[in-house]
Amino acid sequence: MGALISLVAVAGLALLAVVGASTGDGLRFVLGVIIPGVAFAVFIGGVIFRVVRWAKSPVPFRVPTTTGQGKSLPWIRNNELEAPSGLAGVIGRMALEVLAFRSLFRNTRVEVLPAKEKVNYIADKALWAAALAFHWAMLIIILRHFRFFVEPVPAWVEMLENVDGFFQVGLPVYYATTFLMVLGLAYLLARRFFDVKIRYISLPTDYFALYLLLGIALTGILMRHIEKVDVVQVKAAIAGWASFQPIAPVGVGLWFFVHVTLVSMLLIYFPFSKLVHAPGVFLSPTRNLANTNRVRRHINPWNPDIIGHTYAEWEDEFRDKMKASGFPLEKE
Amino acid sequence: MAEKSPQELIQIDHTPPPRNWMNPAVDFEARRGTWSYPGGAKSLRYMGFPNPREWSPTDADWKLPENWQQIIHDGFKELLKKYRTLEVFMDICVRCGACADKCHFFIGSGDPKNMPVLRAELLRSVYRQDFTTAGKILGRLAGGRELTEEVLKEWYYYFFQCTECRRCSVYCPYGIDTAEITMMARELMNLVGLNINWIMEPVANCQRTGNHLGIQPHTFKDNVEFLCDELEEVTGVHIEPPINRKGAEILFIIPSADYFADPGTYTFVGYLMLFKQLGLDYTLSAYASEGGNFGLFTSADTIKRLNYKIYAEAKRLGVKWILGGECGHMWRVMHQYMDTMNGPADFLEVPRSPITGTVFENAASTKMTHICEFTSDLIHNNKLKLDKSRNDKLRVTFHDSCNPARAMGILEEPRYVIKNVCNHFYEMPENTIRENTFCCAGGAGLGNDENMEMRLRGGLPRGNAVRWVRDHHDVNRLACICAIDRATLPPLCDYWAPGVDVSGIHEMVGNALIMEGENERTTDLRGEPLAPEKEEQDDV
Repeated sequence: MGALISLVAVAGLALLAVVGASTGDGLRFVLGVIIPGVAFAVFIGGVIFRVVRWAKSPVPFRVPTTTGQGKSLPWIRNNELEAPSGLAGVIGRMALEVLAFRSLFRNTRVEVLPAKEKVNYIADKALWAAALAFHWAMLIIILRHFRFFVEPVPAWVEMLENVDGFFQVGLPVYYATTFLMVLGLAYLLARRFFDVKIRYISLPTDYFALYLLLGIALTGILMRHIEKVDVVQVKAAIAGWASFQPIAPVGVGLWFFVHVTLVSMLLIYFPFSKLVHAPGVFLSPTRNLANTNRVRRHINPWNPDIIGHTYAEWEDEFRDKMKASGFPLEKE
Repeated sequence: MAEKSPQELIQIDHTPPPRNWMNPAVDFEARRGTWSYPGGAKSLRYMGFPNPREWSPTDADWKLPENWQQIIHDGFKELLKKYRTLEVFMDICVRCGACADKCHFFIGSGDPKNMPVLRAELLRSVYRQDFTTAGKILGRLAGGRELTEEVLKEWYYYFFQCTECRRCSVYCPYGIDTAEITMMARELMNLVGLNINWIMEPVANCQRTGNHLGIQPHTFKDNVEFLCDELEEVTGVHIEPPINRKGAEILFIIPSADYFADPGTYTFVGYLMLFKQLGLDYTLSAYASEGGNFGLFTSADTIKRLNYKIYAEAKRLGVKWILGGECGHMWRVMHQYMDTMNGPADFLEVPRSPITGTVFENAASTKMTHICEFTSDLIHNNKLKLDKSRNDKLRVTFHDSCNPARAMGILEEPRYVIKNVCNHFYEMPENTIRENTFCCAGGAGLGNDENMEMRLRGGLPRGNAVRWVRDHHDVNRLACICAIDRATLPPLCDYWAPGVDVSGIHEMVGNALIMEGENERTTDLRGEPLAPEKEEQDDV
């Protein structure tokens, strides 16, 4: 049900873009200039708002999850990347988490065999592989898009394109990341459909994000390989954005508008949805804190003033019994 | 629970029901055996906690305060302001499901709301509805849910069905820690008087007497003396441990179960034997007679309140540093909370072993050292005479307790000690030990008898791994460094892996330790004969 609602929502957005773009220059200006501009501003503003709000909320306790041997005695080998004892370790741990999805790499699948009275844990790297493929591919694709924003095309973008198009298939060349992104997304979507557990926990918004991304990827592919877009016109339109003298895009085809509208929607949606996991992971206290709890005192800014049951109160209550039992007392 | 055999209980269906999870419905009557009795009014009154009353989860009316929704809403708002963990964890979950089958309660029950992601969603759905724009406008479509009485009842059921073991947080790509979420949910529920007696009574006891079991000082002393008398029959060595002694070098803090019930008591005398043999200048305290802290399962303020006595007593007695016994959640508090809450301990010195001279730099600020760190250092410096063969009848495996493993990273020290006091040591499968360890399913206050079915279900992963080493290596002893483990693992092993006994590590240290002036040992610390013949020639 959630899957359907989200599909309708994304399809509806695409349809609006098509209808709008075919109506006339006025709406083309709205779709090709105003909405992307607003979306970009919302994205930047929203992400900053989010991150600042998180960063402003205190971290009262140092609560890293240790996933390896902590630093203790000098002859016991500690694991800096799993239970960091300092900043370098934390940076390493975060880098592994963000760049290689370290925790997801641990994934296992449980299997209970009642007949054998056995519980198995089977390594399951598919989710890790798909997630990694999708995220890295998306990053490279975004970077490749710089060719539309900067004139002349920077050398690093061309290098990226050369590496990405290494296999030299098709004309224009099919990029590896094109496949990786779509396959990664397809897997992530498929498990929401076919893995009963994942289907059960999925909210409409989970599908919405995937459809949006898939829509963006597919319209992009369409423009590059099938309904080929006039790149010169696209560049002209984008140059208009970049120079703050925007014009309604002309001669770019309807798919361009669909693509841009979906990207705009993604940008607007990003700061207010689970997609903020991207900046959020950097602020996760179980990962970004060192396991130095007993070495350095961590300060809680709102540490309440609480006194427990004092020794004097305790002795007052039990003094007679303690005396009979031969305890040393503070007050006789 | 006796009516369900292990063969029946292991028939687990992990397929979720067709019904949308957003519709809550917990039938407490039908689910007896999987929840805990509510906190008694007497304990709540003693602590000054809200809404003390007699009630049962099976009642239709839970006698909540009239404005309970407002209380929880305000409480939630305050927690969001106080904890970045809560705010970030509410916002960033993508429901990838990597955590889903990592929870022992989900593995053993198949109940989808025991998937950590959904456990958190129980709270998150209310967060969305009350605190996010999308949730306020779109409601259920954006994953929001109004906090109805039915939802609250679901909170009670599932947040007292999480042992705060943090296994899910190991696998989460963002480190979302369900323990943190459960702690917040319990804190909120406590605002309207929803809590369980297995937590509230120990909390009240601890506040009054200094320990969870409510043992008063004279009884504390009697217990210790009784255990020492029994020990003398085994070793021939007389031990009189100092209690409340001013001017000692070290204050020794233990969980109260260690001087109260088997098999913890054997570990307790193990510590005392070690200290006697070393001639350690230490003292026990009848006031700080509990290192454990069920405040951890109640609220941050309660942790601080109950833990107050540790530094206070160290100061009063004028000790130099603190040594802590084998206990899991106690060490979560000592390692991750104590210094922040009750510190700074600037009146103490950095722990230094008087025997080896080793300075425990890893406790430079807290000034509290784990007994396994202390003992490994002794062994490493050849300060102990050990006869491993006295443990030869034991074929040992080690259960990493959740908190020492995933909140401290103390993995090697206990293994080092075991390998130096036992000849036969075997690891359980690697996905079930160290940072991947499985909970005893009775932690965080859930280790009560009325919750036995859920304990045994949640205990399946641990029990099954024990069974595996029992079948493959004839393991008969499950060692651990946690007092709750020593109480909850025996019934678990009897059920899933009969023939395996549970003990602390220092019980085995006590067995192996050669003491000055001791009689020739004919029995172990349990008074059972040492293996008469050593016919087994197993290699480790």
